[in-house]
Amino acid sequence: MFSLDTIVQGLLLGGLYALFAAGLSLVFGIMRLVNLAHGDLIVLGAYLILGLGTATGMSPFAAALIAMPLMFALGWLLQTRLLNRVLGEDILPPLLVTSGLSVVIQNGLLAAFTADSRKLAAGPVEAASVAVGPVQMGVMPAMTLATAVAVILGLNLLFYRTALGRAFRATSDDAVTAQLMGIRPQRIFAMATGIALVVAAIAALYLGTRANFDPSIGPARLLYAFEAVIIGGLGSLWGTLAGGVVIGLAQTMGAAINPEWQILAGHVAFVLILMVRPRGLFPRAID
Amino acid sequence: MKNAFPAYRPLALAVLAAAVLAMVPLIGPRAMVQDLFGILCLLVLALNWNMLAGFAGLVSVGQQAFVGIGAYTMFAAVILFGLDPLAGVLLGGLVAMALAVPVACFVFRLNGAYFAIGTWVAAEIARLGLGQWKALGGGTGTSLPKGTTRDMLGVGSVKEWLGVSSAAASDILLYWLALGLVLATLAASWAFLRSRLGLGLQAIRDNAMAARAVGVDPVRLKALVFLLTAFGTGLCGGLLFIQITRITPDAAFSLLDWTAFVLFVVVIGGIGTLPGPIVGVVLFYALERLLSDYGSAYLIVLGLFGIAVMLFARRGLWGSLSGRTGLELLPLGHRAPDPASAVRP
Repeated sequence: MFSLDTIVQGLLLGGLYALFAAGLSLVFGIMRLVNLAHGDLIVLGAYLILGLGTATGMSPFAAALIAMPLMFALGWLLQTRLLNRVLGEDILPPLLVTSGLSVVIQNGLLAAFTADSRKLAAGPVEAASVAVGPVQMGVMPAMTLATAVAVILGLNLLFYRTALGRAFRATSDDAVTAQLMGIRPQRIFAMATGIALVVAAIAALYLGTRANFDPSIGPARLLYAFEAVIIGGLGSLWGTLAGGVVIGLAQTMGAAINPEWQILAGHVAFVLILMVRPRGLFPRAID
Repeated sequence: MKNAFPAYRPLALAVLAAAVLAMVPLIGPRAMVQDLFGILCLLVLALNWNMLAGFAGLVSVGQQAFVGIGAYTMFAAVILFGLDPLAGVLLGGLVAMALAVPVACFVFRLNGAYFAIGTWVAAEIARLGLGQWKALGGGTGTSLPKGTTRDMLGVGSVKEWLGVSSAAASDILLYWLALGLVLATLAASWAFLRSRLGLGLQAIRDNAMAARAVGVDPVRLKALVFLLTAFGTGLCGGLLFIQITRITPDAAFSLLDWTAFVLFVVVIGGIGTLPGPIVGVVLFYALERLLSDYGSAYLIVLGLFGIAVMLFARRGLWGSLSGRTGLELLPLGHRAPDPASAVRP
């Protein structure tokens, strides 16, 4: 019923959504923080890359490399100065603070860059494609999926093979006991948000080269990212990749039936999966 | 602690405030009536969201679903069935409440943050689904037929009585209906929270385990609040879009207009208190007037203000004030039973 092409395109789109969601998954898994500003932070990253590119004339890929440490610093500051103060049992304070942040970032970008849509120019690679068997695959979408897999792999190595990762997992499971073992949760949280924003900068690169963006597109991207995280299961990074692919596949399949059904099909897939598995496909941590 | 106000004072104050507000259309200009109509509708949404998040612990970010469903039902009633818009509003509330049942079946399986995201997804599904309804304009939306508000029930009498134009009469009528909806919502909230059910709800919020131990069923109570607030929110959606006269899926299901602003109003004013949303809405209106010339700066200030309240006055302006002074309007507490009369030999 669906052509092989549709399925491949869905997989590739899923890579982009997994990139949107990876940083969110890290933050959500470790501190149960619902960051409603994550989508706008990705858009902010795209404008940062655009600004660096126009100022120095370098390619978006080089500009993204410079944007990554800057975004890390922003994440660190955001967590230590703002978010650490509102984290707690009650989910409402962080929800409100991040939604306030979302409104501030959106309208700040609007004031600075106007509502005109922009695009990151990546050069000839944008239009390039390769034939894989019977399917034509765009080089950029393929790179997006490959990057998503690499990011998830990297985060997993960090999570399961390093002392920092052990601290992440310990804090995620039981912050109070972790504290007794000499871990300072507040610093761990700041590291996590910093890393999440580095991933957001990578996501911004692919968002900006793939299609036009403007200050208002953050929240819709955020919703796809949240769906990917929740479908995957709390605290599972591979699950997040799977969740992104589920949303991507559902959207391209919906669009193949009727172009107006693309987004709707993604949401419906989310509801159906959660009806069967309310904690997602591969939950690692307990909410 | 002794109550600073005797019980009848807040009631007298509320009656006075309502009377003053009811007289605004008789003396104020039409633009003011329209502005205040918007503010009163925002207050209805805020009172409903406060019941959900502040008292039932259901942090929904998808209440725009019920605004949109109420609005679309009203449009369908007028355009497809030729009903009076006001009948459409009532129908809108009922349809919103009916559709809240399947939504609840989905989102009640989810906890905390998952619940919030689940409600948002449900609202998006409603928005995209109604965008497919070609009879109501699909994705580009449609307008109310010309003269709909002029022929609305009651407009004729208001016109005759006050000697104003049809357009002004319909504005005034909608304004009074919004004011009535505010008062009804406030009275219903107060009565509900003071009742046995409301006591159970607050007991769950304060300690879910202890509440269950004394026989309070959290799911049933929360589901009841979810359905009732969907009704109130749906009514408000229908009313709002009679005045707006044009509907699109994006406007009817706007996350920013019908949920994000509402969230700010409630939290800045004081979540989990009845006067909180009123204080919040007054402040919101003042900020809007003060900064209306600066475009997006207004939203930046609003966002920063919300963040500041969360950092420095977690209970909101009203919550902090009443916590410091012991002042209570619309108190929800019950006097403890007199031990002498409770113990019988």
